[in-house]
Amino acid sequence: MHDSGCLMGKYRFRIKRFSQEEDSSSRWDTFSIDMKPMERVLDGLDRIKDYADGSLTFRRSCGHGICGSCAMKINGRNRLSCQTLIKDMPETIRIEPLEAFPVIKDIVVDMDDFFKKNDYVLPYLINDEPPPERERLQSQAEQEKILESITCIMCGSCTSSCPIYWTDNQYLGPSSILKAYRFIFDSRDRAKEERLGKISGAHGVWRCHSIFNCVESCPKEIDITGHITELKRLALKKNLHL
Amino acid sequence: MRHQFDTVIICSGLAGLRAALEASNGGNVAVLSKLYPTRSHSTTAQGGIGAALGNEEPDKPEWHFYDTVKGSDFLGDQDAIEIMCEDAIRAIIELEHLGVPFSRTPEGRIAQRYFGGHTRDFGVAPVRRACYSADRTGHAIVFALYEQCQLKGVKFFPEFFVLDIVIENTRCHGVITLEISTGEFHIFSSKATLIASGGYGRVFKTTSNAYASTGDCLSILFNRVIPLEDMEFFQFHPTGLYGIGILITEGARGEGGILINGKGERFMERYAPTIKDLAPRDMVCRAILTEIREGRGIDGKDYIYLDLRHIPKKTLQERLPEISTFCKIYMGIDPSEQPIPVIPTAHYTMGGIPTDIDGRVFMDEKGSVVNGLFAAGECACVSVHGANRLGCNSLLDTVVFGRRAGNAIRDEIKEIEYGRIRNNELEKSRMLIDSILTSDGKEKIANIRTDLQDRMMEHCSVFREEKNLKGLIDSIGILKERTEDIGLKDKTRKFNTELIDAIELKHMLTLSEVIASSALERKESRGAHYREDHPERDDTIWMKHTLAFKTDKGIEFRYKPVKITRFKSEERRY
Ligand SMILES: Cc1cc2nc3c(=O)[nH]c(=O)nc-3n(C[C@H](O)[C@H](O)[C@H](O)COP(=O)(O)OP(=O)(O)OC[C@H]3O[C@@H](n4cnc5c(N)ncnc54)[C@H](O)[C@@H]3O)c2cc1C
Ligand code: SF4
Ligand code: FES
Repeated sequence: MHDSGCLMGKYRFRIKRFSQEEDSSSRWDTFSIDMKPMERVLDGLDRIKDYADGSLTFRRSCGHGICGSCAMKINGRNRLSCQTLIKDMPETIRIEPLEAFPVIKDIVVDMDDFFKKNDYVLPYLINDEPPPERERLQSQAEQEKILESITCIMCGSCTSSCPIYWTDNQYLGPSSILKAYRFIFDSRDRAKEERLGKISGAHGVWRCHSIFNCVESCPKEIDITGHITELKRLALKKNLHL
Repeated sequence: MRHQFDTVIICSGLAGLRAALEASNGGNVAVLSKLYPTRSHSTTAQGGIGAALGNEEPDKPEWHFYDTVKGSDFLGDQDAIEIMCEDAIRAIIELEHLGVPFSRTPEGRIAQRYFGGHTRDFGVAPVRRACYSADRTGHAIVFALYEQCQLKGVKFFPEFFVLDIVIENTRCHGVITLEISTGEFHIFSSKATLIASGGYGRVFKTTSNAYASTGDCLSILFNRVIPLEDMEFFQFHPTGLYGIGILITEGARGEGGILINGKGERFMERYAPTIKDLAPRDMVCRAILTEIREGRGIDGKDYIYLDLRHIPKKTLQERLPEISTFCKIYMGIDPSEQPIPVIPTAHYTMGGIPTDIDGRVFMDEKGSVVNGLFAAGECACVSVHGANRLGCNSLLDTVVFGRRAGNAIRDEIKEIEYGRIRNNELEKSRMLIDSILTSDGKEKIANIRTDLQDRMMEHCSVFREEKNLKGLIDSIGILKERTEDIGLKDKTRKFNTELIDAIELKHMLTLSEVIASSALERKESRGAHYREDHPERDDTIWMKHTLAFKTDKGIEFRYKPVKITRFKSEERRY
């Protein structure tokens, strides 16, 4: 339990460094620091920034896995640094920025394209029918249908881990498709067809080859590939295949 | 670079987003934030948003009104509270129509649960008033509002850090910002500027607040001689995870969780016989710390247990999935099998920028307003929370008063010209940045920050006393001097988060001094402000709001009356 948080141990953080402003290529820096087993990898990064090298640059805000700021590659796997505990790490912890997005500085990548892709799928509830006086009714079963998809925190881990996205940067990517799912299957939405059309184009669902990297890297354990498959099925039904 | 917008909104938490939707009906809107919009602190809100929908059992806005006044320890302004509670039902239904995926009852209506201080029939028994989306309510609402803002064409400027808010001759002209990724200055002149920059819980060591909650804009305004109201009232939440402060929502007690001490007693029965574990937060925090002080912590240590073991596993899975995950990840325990070690954690700022019921910012105790300047959400003080906020009333505050501010802006910008920001204003910001970047000082940001957070926790959290507060104020003065000697490792311009940390630290110091000074000044105990040397509430002298002004001679205090329309002050028992 938390008491085991007391035993300090030395850990080596190997961190990939790069600054658009100063460097032409990246390098690896190593920091040796004391950590407790129940501390987060994020605590380690904070400690390095605070006491060893103030120029180390990474994003974070909530500190507990809900804001989506701190996704990065930790020992080869995309994870949230605020949800990854030291006790689950080997003595050497390798930290890199998310792949496939342009690096701005150290662990910070440019996420503009990631967010823009999202805009393309009409990511908002559309329903022009005059609303009832009270809430629109939605059964628990109907809500269950979108329950997983609404937990997405837009961390970018999935899209960054997708080999299709690496080769086709126009591909919408798993998280935008998941966003489309969230509205297409919301019983209150009325723009399903339009959205379905958008995600079944040349850079949409059909590019997904069910490689499952996204599922493995999602910190919210969303079965993204399952959701994409269901959208493919729906698109087929509507004759929206390529 | 220079920009011009009808409305500029600082920050994309719930208050900012809700206001943006409204203001966009009257002209173009820019929303700036130091984070991406979906990363705002509001996404962390777990438990729920309050409204007397009566979906689960009879409830009335009137009871909500009473509970909020009593929860506020009678310091809340009743005109504003009444507006909020009356508007709550409409506000929640509207959120539902905008797409928020609220959890549902078997009939398909918005589900509701118990929360601290929510009662029926003016205090008779707990009532289910908290509307929720599992324990991800803030996340669900932020996404829905952000999405609707996109539909409305609101222009977002993510990762823009506000350096200054330009106010000249009782008129706000706009803001000066730093684009974090490039290090360039961007000047936004506007007809109306809304501050919705959230709280500053980071000034304390143990906190549930995000790294971004440093209160920059309040400090900027204070330095621009806008007073800050009721800053002595800072809420601690009873159940932060022991050691790290991550929040376990009051919804956990709403679903039946209880607090137990080292002797296995359900001690809240002694402190609040009627509603027990669902008493307001100020009372529960004091009860917990009293148990600990008297040696009844777990194994005599400095924490107690939140026990959820008797709650059906299915309920935990469906209604409290996130906090169950937090317990597993951060404590290595399964809350259905083991009790959760908890301690009070810094949570919410009741005080802030004084405003009227439409978000207009006051510049004195007489009610003069700054033209073109508005504030809403946690950074503002309307005041609906008075000396102690009730759970679920903050999210409600953001959407009700965010919307009202947005409406007022929409109407007023028709008559206002664009603000004009002169180059010498920019020079001030440029000098600030240059002086930090070029300093070869020896102090480290983290040392000063940790020192501040430790001292604030020690002397200005749940229990306070004159001697300690005086000592604290002196040490803040010393810490302020030490900040002048900060030297950065990172001298670059692009994405310099060390630079941001340095500026945030200055703001945290400014606010800490205001908090501690206001706490020293108020010689009574009310709501979240508890003075061990003045343990009683004193309505004859202190039934009034504090306004702290910056002057050449230091902080000066003035006061304004509490608006009492319906409920007279009474002894606060639960
Ligand atoms: C863990 C937790 C759980 C909570 N649960 C509940 C709940 O269940 N129910 C409830 O009613 N309330 C709850 N609250 C309180 C509630 O979440 C907040 O009070 C509310 O979300 C504040 O919203 P806001 O819009 O005022 O500000 P925020 O959401 O805090 O947004 C302000 C944003 O301003 C930005 N900002 C600040 N300074 C600058 C600057 N200099 N430049 C640019 N941008 C800046 C930051 O990015 C920040 O994210 C909870 C709070 C916490 C911490
Ligand atoms: S689906 Fe999962 S991995 Fe992808 S952005 Fe959402 S939370 Fe992150
Ligand atoms: S800091 Fe918010 S998800 Fe990690």
